[in-house]
Formats: sequence, structure tokens, C-alpha cells
Amino acid sequence: MTTSSITVPTLIRAPVATGAAGRMKWAIADMLTITKRNLIAYTRIPEALFFSTVQPIMFVLLFTYVFGGAIHPPNGIPYVNYLMPGIFVQTVAFGAVSTSVGLAEDLQKGLIERFRALPMARSAVLAGRTSADLARNVVVVIIVTAVGFAVGFRPTTGVLPYLGGIGIILLFAYALSWGFAFVGLSASNSETAQVMSFPILFPLIFASGAFVPVSLMPGWLQGFATYQPVSVVVAACRGLMIGGPTATWVIQALAWTLGFLVVLIPLAVWRYRTRT
Amino acid sequence: MTEAIEVQDLKKTFSGKREVRALDGVNFAVEEGTVFGLLGPNGAGKTTAVRVLTTIIKPDSGMARVLGHDVTKEAALVRSLIGLAGQYAAVDENLTGRENIDMVGRLNHLPHKAVAERAVELLGQFDLTDAADRPLKTYSGGMRRRLDLAAALVARPTVLFLDEPTTGLDPQSRNDMWEVIEGLVEEGTTVLLTTQYLEEADRLASQLAVVDHGRVIAEGTPATLKANLGTTVLEVGLHDHDDASRANAVLAAVGSHTPNVNGTIVEVTVDNGPQAAMEALRSLDQQGIVPTAFTLREPSLDDVFLALTGRRAEAEVESGVEPDQSRKTPDTSTDAESARVPAETNPAGGRS
Repeated sequence: MTTSSITVPTLIRAPVATGAAGRMKWAIADMLTITKRNLIAYTRIPEALFFSTVQPIMFVLLFTYVFGGAIHPPNGIPYVNYLMPGIFVQTVAFGAVSTSVGLAEDLQKGLIERFRALPMARSAVLAGRTSADLARNVVVVIIVTAVGFAVGFRPTTGVLPYLGGIGIILLFAYALSWGFAFVGLSASNSETAQVMSFPILFPLIFASGAFVPVSLMPGWLQGFATYQPVSVVVAACRGLMIGGPTATWVIQALAWTLGFLVVLIPLAVWRYRTRT
Repeated sequence: MTEAIEVQDLKKTFSGKREVRALDGVNFAVEEGTVFGLLGPNGAGKTTAVRVLTTIIKPDSGMARVLGHDVTKEAALVRSLIGLAGQYAAVDENLTGRENIDMVGRLNHLPHKAVAERAVELLGQFDLTDAADRPLKTYSGGMRRRLDLAAALVARPTVLFLDEPTTGLDPQSRNDMWEVIEGLVEEGTTVLLTTQYLEEADRLASQLAVVDHGRVIAEGTPATLKANLGTTVLEVGLHDHDDASRANAVLAAVGSHTPNVNGTIVEVTVDNGPQAAMEALRSLDQQGIVPTAFTLREPSLDDVFLALTGRRAEAEVESGVEPDQSRKTPDTSTDAESARVPAETNPAGGRS
């Protein structure tokens, strides 16, 4: 052990931020530092990313080849075309669980406690985590697109509307991440965070038009299944990717997403501040 | 003299299944450039005090200042002056050592280049250069603690908080850690250290406060505390309870405090170990009492507690803050503690 004392050149530390502009500059810098940290962590556990892509692949194969024969979408659309927008939304929605698990783990390991003692922006831990998850989702949608094309998915509307659909999916996933940040900060540990997340996701994913036309569901379920956020986002993506009614669904999808952001961001931030 | 840390009548209660008064009117002050030790068992309130002083939690009432700045009202400023490392090495185990230091440096708003240079310097100083680019998952417990401490030092904090820095470490890693901390003090850093080990407090701290149930029950230099206590503990094992009570009477004459009978073991603190031991053996022999064991050892936290409060140090879990440290029986903790600090790693004996 070397304990040679060293002559101390004073480090130039940035002064405590003064003014809104200075604070904003550091808040963004801190957010990027945390985003980088989370992205590095994803690359160090490649198996996690691998298995999170295996899952959508299995859903694609299951619905295309096992259930698909029994499901007949309206207007004679090939089932795989009908299915893929649903798979996108389902994949990023399940992916949002990692936001809750990641934050619960940070809490459990004392990292968040340590962050609280640093002169960093309070917002950075949550903003950095959700940004990293957004970046991860970009990779995920590229992979899912490739899988879709491999099993016969053929968008019919052109590149720009398709990218518009992807944009809506990513934005919706980002909004969901804030909701699951709240879940993760409320859980006592990462296992609980995971268990708490699925009962929220299952009805949204499966009681929706993601895999099956809502018209095939019992009447009492159709109202919920038509207008709940996952269905609306899937419908908007279908319109943008394979045609059909588009504008009304896109507006509703953006309204849901915006509504989520407005409610869920303050909720998650409040939980972060009050959680000790 | 300037005070780096000032704490006045600090109170904090955790509500929950069971209300815990973690801090019940704590007072102490730490002079700049010194090491101050908060000594106490689990759940005494040490960690809570550190969490308040590092702005992690707010106190219910009372005043706490770091370098003259109120930790509640000027929290942002205080955060830029302090460093924190502790028993839960709060590091990201997916990142490498260098990346961890880099992250903390960036979050301290240091320029990129300065952080990179400082990381090289710290990794060298803490003997982690070879492991610098390995993820922390591959580090040993001692290496994690050192890395944690290195990260806490990246911005050259004026005041450093060390929350049980060696709890759970093996003797060699503990010794390494002690040397590192001593090096910091030479550089002039003010250190507030919490510990359960009297040996550690004795070696590192110039001033001590003994904490129990959220209150400071004794304060002074390690030397004064130990002088009150007697410098050595004489432990005599007997055949049965009968012998034990007879030995108790005999040993009362040699000890600086009333002996304590614990089953068939009699413990007594003495001022001059070897001399007291000879005296004790002579007296026991005269009474025809044959001991089964006869040990001289350094006093532990338990002995300090016994002397100060008349009872053994109780472990009380502090609102889930120190979960894996709670101990069921105080007796086994005495054994564990004395076993964990063998005489050769303990310089206290040589000094006193």
C-alpha cells in the first residue's frame, strides 16, 4: 500500500451553480453522466440485452405461426402485418420494467444514497435512467424491425410514415419509463419492483388490440380495449405502417403520451425526493 | 480553533412499524484537520448522524453545520465540500474502477482532464492501478472499499465522512484501510469516522464520542476513555459457577472496576496487565482455585459500554439502515470482536 502524501494542486471545481442557466447546464451535464453510466452497464451485461430481444422474437414466432392461423384481421390484412405494430409496443412496454428494476437496485445498493450526497442535480438520476432506457429502446426497435422483416412483415406506407410510427413508440416508451421509475422507487427491492410491474402491464398489453382485433372480445371489454393507451398507440402505428385510419389515432396516441409525461414525471420526482 | 463540524441538539425519529429515535439530542464538535470518532454499537445512531451531516436526510430538529454551513439550509454548498464513503461501498459494480471515479468526478463538476489525472493518481495511491479497468464485480471486498474511498476523494473534499469503513473486512484489508486513512489525515483532511471497534477509534481518532441510543454518553480522547476503563481486560475461565463466584471475590481486589461474571467466565479490567495477572494468579492459587483459561486482552467496545452504562452493547437495527449487522446475542459479539482483531494487528497495546 502506497500512502505517500502528495502535494496538492487545487482542482478547479465548478462553483455552485448560480442562476437558472448555470443550473440548467449542470442538470444536463449530470443527466448525461448518469445516462452514460447506465448505458455502459447495459454493455457489460450483454446477456440482459440478448434475452430482452429473445422475448419479442418468441412472441413474433408464437403469434405468427401458432395463434396467427386462428386470427383473421379485418380487410384481409396479412396477420404478420397486423401483428408487428403490436409487437413493437409490447416489447418496449415490457422493457420499461427495466427502469423500475434498475432504480430499485440502485436504491438497494446505496448508490442513490451516495448520489444524494454529491453536488449533482437532483433530477439527473431519473432523467439519466429514463434517457438510457430510451437509447436502449432505439436498439430494440431496430432489432424487432429486422425480425419482423424476416418473418414477412411488409410495411405498405413508405419510409417516413414508418419512422413516424417508430417515433410514437419510442415517445410512448419514454413516458412509460417515468411511470415505472415511480414503481421502482416505491419497491423495497429489485425483485419486488419486477413483481409489481407485471400486474400493471398485463391488462394493458393483452386486453388491447395489439395481437387480436378488439371486435373479437366480449362487449364489456371492448370499450376499455379500444381506448386504453396501448391500443391507441398500436392503432396509430398500424395506420402509419400499414395504412388505414391514421390521424385520429395519432392524435389520441400523442395525447395519452403527453398526459403520461405530465402526470408521471412529477410523480416520479416526488417519490425520489421523499424516499429516504 | 475552527470547527469543521458542529452538531447541536440534533434529533431524528424514524416512524415505521416501530418508532426509532435514532438521534435523541446529539451534541458534538469536530476541530478542523482532526479525526473525530463516533463509537457505538449498531443502531446507536452513528449512521443517522452521518446521513444528516451529508445532507442525505433532514433532521427533525437541532442544528448541524459543516464548515460553518447549515446542512439543511445550505445543502448544495455543503455537498460540494464533503466526501462520503462507507460500509456499503456504494459503487456501480458494472463499471470499472476508473469509470466509477470518473463518474463521481463528473458529478462533482470537475473538468474532464482533471478527473482523468486525479483518477490515475488515486488508483495508484490506493493500490488499484492493475485493477483500474476491470469491472468492480471482480473486486474483493477490501478493493471495493478502497475504490469507494478513492471516489469519495476525487474532488479533494475538505471534510470526509467515513461510515464504518472497515466493518466486515479481514484484518489485512482493515490494516491497509487504516494506513490509507492515516495518510489522508497527514494531508490535512478533517475526518468524521464511525466505528464499532475501539481499536480502530483508538488508532485513528484524536477525539471520540461514545454514542448509545441516539445520545452521546461519553466524550474525550481515546486515552482518557481508556484510562477510565483500565487498559487491559483480564478474562479468567473457571470450572463451574461455584468457582466463578469465588474467583469473582478474589479478582475484585486486582481490578480497576468491579469484575463481571458471565457464566463461568470472570472478566475484570485492570490497569497494569502483566502485574495484575501475576497478582491474580497468586491470589487464585492461595484460594485453591484452578482456572481453565486465563487471557489478557485489549478492551473492546463491549467493555467500554459495560464500564459506561453497566450493560452490554445492544444491537438495535436502525430502521433498516444497518440490516446485515444486527446481532442476536451480545456475548457472541464480544468473542467475534476480540477474535477479529488479533493482537499483532493492534498497535494500541504497544502504545499504552
